[in-house]
Amino acid sequence: MFYFIYKRLIQSVFVMLAVAFLAFSLFRFVGDPITQMTGVETSVVDQERLREELGLNDPFISQFGRFTVDMLQGDFGYSFRTRQPVAEMIASRIPATLELGVVALLISLVVGIPAGVYTALRPRGVITQTILMTTLIGISIPTFVIGIMLIFLFGVQLGWLPTFGRGETVNIGFWESSFFSIDGWRALILPAVTLGVYQLTLTMRLVRAQMMDVMRSDYIRFATARGVPMRQLYFRHALANTMVPVITIIGLQFGGVIAFSIVTESVFQWPGMGLLFLESIRFVDIPVMGVYLVVIAFFFVVVNLLVDLLYVAIDPRLRV
Amino acid sequence: MLTVENLTVRFPTRFGDTTAIENININVQAGEIHGLVGESGAGKSTVGAAVIGLLQTPGYISEGNIMLGDTDLRALDVNQAHALRGKRISMIFQDPQTSLNPLMTVEEQLVETILAHEKMSADEARTRAIDLLEEIGIKNAAERIKSWPHQFSGGMRQRVVIALALCTNPELIIADEPTTALDVAVQSQVLDLIRSLADKRKIGFILITHDIGVIAQIADRVTVMRNGHVVESGETAQVLGRPKHAYTRALMSAVPPMDHKIDRFSVPATEGIEGASVFTGDLAEQWLLEEKDLPEDEQKELSIGLSIEALDVRFSGTRKSLWRKPEDFIALDKISFNVKPGSIMGLVGESGSGKSTVAKTITGLITPNSGTMMLGNEILPAGKSRSRKHASRRIIQMVFQDPYSSLNSRHKIGSILTEPLWFYGLEKDPEKRQELAASMLALVGMAPDAIDKYPHQFSGGQRQRIAVARALLARPRFLICDEPTSALDVSIQAEILNLLKDLQSKFGLTILFISHNLSVVRQMADDMVVLRNGVIEEAGKTEDLFERPQAEYTKKLLSLTPVMPKDWAC
Repeated sequence: MFYFIYKRLIQSVFVMLAVAFLAFSLFRFVGDPITQMTGVETSVVDQERLREELGLNDPFISQFGRFTVDMLQGDFGYSFRTRQPVAEMIASRIPATLELGVVALLISLVVGIPAGVYTALRPRGVITQTILMTTLIGISIPTFVIGIMLIFLFGVQLGWLPTFGRGETVNIGFWESSFFSIDGWRALILPAVTLGVYQLTLTMRLVRAQMMDVMRSDYIRFATARGVPMRQLYFRHALANTMVPVITIIGLQFGGVIAFSIVTESVFQWPGMGLLFLESIRFVDIPVMGVYLVVIAFFFVVVNLLVDLLYVAIDPRLRV
Repeated sequence: MLTVENLTVRFPTRFGDTTAIENININVQAGEIHGLVGESGAGKSTVGAAVIGLLQTPGYISEGNIMLGDTDLRALDVNQAHALRGKRISMIFQDPQTSLNPLMTVEEQLVETILAHEKMSADEARTRAIDLLEEIGIKNAAERIKSWPHQFSGGMRQRVVIALALCTNPELIIADEPTTALDVAVQSQVLDLIRSLADKRKIGFILITHDIGVIAQIADRVTVMRNGHVVESGETAQVLGRPKHAYTRALMSAVPPMDHKIDRFSVPATEGIEGASVFTGDLAEQWLLEEKDLPEDEQKELSIGLSIEALDVRFSGTRKSLWRKPEDFIALDKISFNVKPGSIMGLVGESGSGKSTVAKTITGLITPNSGTMMLGNEILPAGKSRSRKHASRRIIQMVFQDPYSSLNSRHKIGSILTEPLWFYGLEKDPEKRQELAASMLALVGMAPDAIDKYPHQFSGGQRQRIAVARALLARPRFLICDEPTSALDVSIQAEILNLLKDLQSKFGLTILFISHNLSVVRQMADDMVVLRNGVIEEAGKTEDLFERPQAEYTKKLLSLTPVMPKDWAC
């Protein structure tokens, strides 16, 4: 098991290096950074001097090496647009996106898993059929349409919930949180539901399929034959075995939720990383885009590592 | 104690209800082992499922009574029936690998089951569980109980399963093929355990099995079933010793005897399957005997031998530490043997002994670490160094164990059979290929119109015939049969074995016959090799090995295989 984690860590390092390389290529080769940094009136001599000072004439490898070392030390460079350090810009946006993603994930799990179990145990019931139909519609509608529909219904027509922004936030150190005020929670509901709907449908259908499979297995038949109470049979024996494959998909999807919250964030003007990314694209702010790429990849890698560890925690067969 | 009267179970289908079992009468006394024997589809498992109330939906009991002591099992509601399961009736399943929850420790599963039925504290339940495991033959139970199921070997796991079925002191245990998935040595231990539980604890057992040998060894009474009906029932000695019904006799004579060699197996003439020896496939027969395409030296000698010299196969083990290299798992430890041209070589051993590794190495699916293989007079390139076009890929063909998964279910039989013909470039004309395939089907005893059907339209035995036909259409000289009959019923097994014998003698095939079933090997093989943990324990003429076994291991294997008493066999 120790070896397994060690192997995964090595793999993660390579993934991060590959992504850093992509980000670096974006930064270095999409257009000439000097022309983007300087104005029209800068002389060619000055441009050359700047190029020499910034080390842009060095061999490719040493430039990439410097880039990577800087990244590791937390130095992400400066934004073309705002002239602020990119690290600060991203750091100030991370809490918003993470909180949104976590709440969306929780919604999808809290609703998706019980719904999946229910629909698996009563495959022919009326409620099951209704749930399946509704979620089929849910999965077929694009996220932004769901967001706009929710805004229209709850924000505009009923006027219950705010339609944009994070509402009131509380600062805990550098972390700007909307978990500690009612206004913050109210602002969080609509975007989190929008972001979680797809994930919810997926979780539910996955749990359902796995659970139906597990219920047919020999050890469930054997447990039934020795009269293990039904509640324990469903939730202790069957559900645990169902979760092993489900966790992988949920984990991968969580990375996806963080990465693709762009759409939801722009619909609800949520001040997270996704919105920052969209703004950066509009102004061709290449340093921010590159760092965003690296940060998202880092999320994916960390979540995958966590999933692997969870796997080991659930399944004793992997603890060799 | 248990009385089943006129039990009938039906399954509703779109075309009306089908009857799975009809008019079954069974009596089981306390402390009695009641054998329920029959071939697949006989309805044995349905009887067990009906008694414990776990019929596969949508099956239902349409008539009959099931009484356990004074309790009418059919009158119970869902909750009462569930409370009774485990408390008074319990069940043991076939495969110990899959019948335990892999995510819970043995302790958790035992304690949970005990607490579900009895009012006691968790500590008392644990003490009882440990005592029970000790009784059932698990040493150091107080420690072992904390293990997960995957940390037990197959036989030990089946003991845990039995402990689980036993932990609430039920009156009746239904054992559905409890030893089918186990090796002979483990099988005999588990059977002894069941016998002693019946004697000591006075538990009634319904022992469902297809193996008459097992019944003969431990059952007090036996019921023979066929197509959902009881054929014959009574004391084991009486039913098996003086069978009244023709089907019982046929079933018994289809079991290959272990104590002597017979020329042909007698086949119960049942479902109108064409007799195995009726050869109408003249075309295919001539084609197989034709020699024009063969190189000069092969023409003289149709049969080809195989010799294996110091074959060594290792797999890398699981890594335990970051710095040390994992130890290799030795699958085959420098084994050597020789298959004479035109003979059948039996390869015997328990699971994990390396039998199938031998087959895979010969066919080039596994690359050995060292050793040489000679096919005829030529060296057989090992593993990946054997080119796709190498002649041996055609000369060596294989028949696999499971006919359900060895045929591509999306191809018609015709295209499965003609594939080797165009693949190896044996026949260029598509029409001739079809003719040959049809004729080959006739040769293996199937109706030639099978060519337009799909594999799922055939029974296991028919599929295995098709698999043999496919192997033959490559014009092989060397056939590897890896447990070709272990997934089949005895009567079907007898047919397939007869077919293989006929084909072998007719075409001078050389066969490597891999099996864990000693009596089958005695009937089939001229020579045999006994393999254990990748080492050859003994090799020699089959008759010598059975009559005068030298190695301790061979003697042990022979003594543990359940056999019918001599005077019973007819």
